[in-house]
Amino acid sequence: MLGPVDYVLWLVGVLLDAAAVVCVVRSRSVRKYFTLSLYLLTAFLLSVSRYLILTGYGYTSPHYFYFYYMSDAILTIFLYFALMGLYFHVFQEMGVHHYLRVAALMLLAGTAWVSYQVVASSSHRLLTRFVVELSQNLYFIGLVLTYLLWGAVMKLRETRTRLIQLVLALGVYFSAFAASYALRNLYPEFLLWRYVSHLMALLLPVSWAYTFLKIPEEARLATARVAATNR
Amino acid sequence: MIALLVLTISFAALLQFFVSYCRSVIAACTGLELSEQVREISGIESRRVRSDEFARLLQLLRLCPEPGNDQFGIGAVHGYYGLLGLLRAMVQPLAPALASWAEFERQGCAYFAAVALDRRIAYSRDLLAQQVASRL
Repeated sequence: MLGPVDYVLWLVGVLLDAAAVVCVVRSRSVRKYFTLSLYLLTAFLLSVSRYLILTGYGYTSPHYFYFYYMSDAILTIFLYFALMGLYFHVFQEMGVHHYLRVAALMLLAGTAWVSYQVVASSSHRLLTRFVVELSQNLYFIGLVLTYLLWGAVMKLRETRTRLIQLVLALGVYFSAFAASYALRNLYPEFLLWRYVSHLMALLLPVSWAYTFLKIPEEARLATARVAATNR
Repeated sequence: MIALLVLTISFAALLQFFVSYCRSVIAACTGLELSEQVREISGIESRRVRSDEFARLLQLLRLCPEPGNDQFGIGAVHGYYGLLGLLRAMVQPLAPALASWAEFERQGCAYFAAVALDRRIAYSRDLLAQQVASRL
C-alpha cells in the first residue's frame, strides 16, 4: 500500500513537473528544446493519469500495475528523445543531424530487440517484463550517452551555459538513479530505497526549471571553468 | 559483484556530474560585481570573499524574502560547499595541493552566496518600492 510519504512525493513531483513546463514556456524555449519540453509535459500528464487510475481502480489492481509500467517505459523513451535533442544542439554546427537521428533510432530499436531477447523465454507477463527490461536498459544507455555527450561538450568547448547545465543535470539524474538501483540490488531489505528513487526523480524537473528560469539563452561560459579537474 | 561495480561507476559519475554542475552554477555568477550595499551589510572588504563567510552569508540570505527562483541553486552550492569542507579536512595532511583547491572552490561558493544576497536585497528593495508606490 501507498503511505502518506508516497502521496507527498507524488504531489511534489507533479508540481515540479508542472513548474518546469511553465518555466520552459515562460522562457520561450519550447520550440528550441522541443523534446525536453515534451518529456516534462508527458511526465506531468502521466503522473496525473497514474493518480486517477490509482484512485479509480486501486493500488493492487491490474489496471494500475500495467499502466504504471507502460507509462514508465513511455517516459523513459521520451527522456531518451530529450537526450537526443541535447545531442542535436551540441552537434548542430557540425551538420550531422541526419546521422544522429538515424543512429538514435537504430540504438533505440537495438535496445528494444535486446530487451525482447532477454525476456522472450518467459511466457508469463511477457509484455510487462519487456517494458521493465526496456526501461532498465534505456536508463543504462542514457547514462553512457550522457557521459559521452559531456565528453563531446568538453572536447568541442561548448560555451552555452544553458545547454551545459541541462546536460549536467541529466548526468546527475541518470547517475543518481543508477546508484540507487545498484544500492537497491545490494541491500534489498532496506525499504528506504523506494523513497530514494522517488527523490531522485524530483531532481530533473527542479534542475531544468532552475536552468530555464535563471540562465538566459545567450549566457556563455568557458567549459574549462566547469570541468571537475580544472582550477 | 556486478551491482557493486555499477554502484562504484555510477557513484563516480554522480560525483563528477555534481561537481561540474555546481561549478557551472557558481561560474555563472563569478563575473558579476558585488554592490557596495551588500559589501557594507556583509562586511566584505576585498574583491574576494573568504570561504568562512559562507555560513554567515547564508544566514543573511535567510533573512531576505525569497524571489522564488534561487533556492535550488543555493541548495546545490551549499551541498557542494559541505562536500569540499569534508574533502579539505580529509586530505589536508596528505595532499596540500588538493586541500588548497578545495579552499579555492569554497571561496567560489562564498562569492556565489554573496551574489545571491545581492540579488535578494535588490528584490526586497523592488518589493518595498512597489508597496510604497501602491500606497501613494
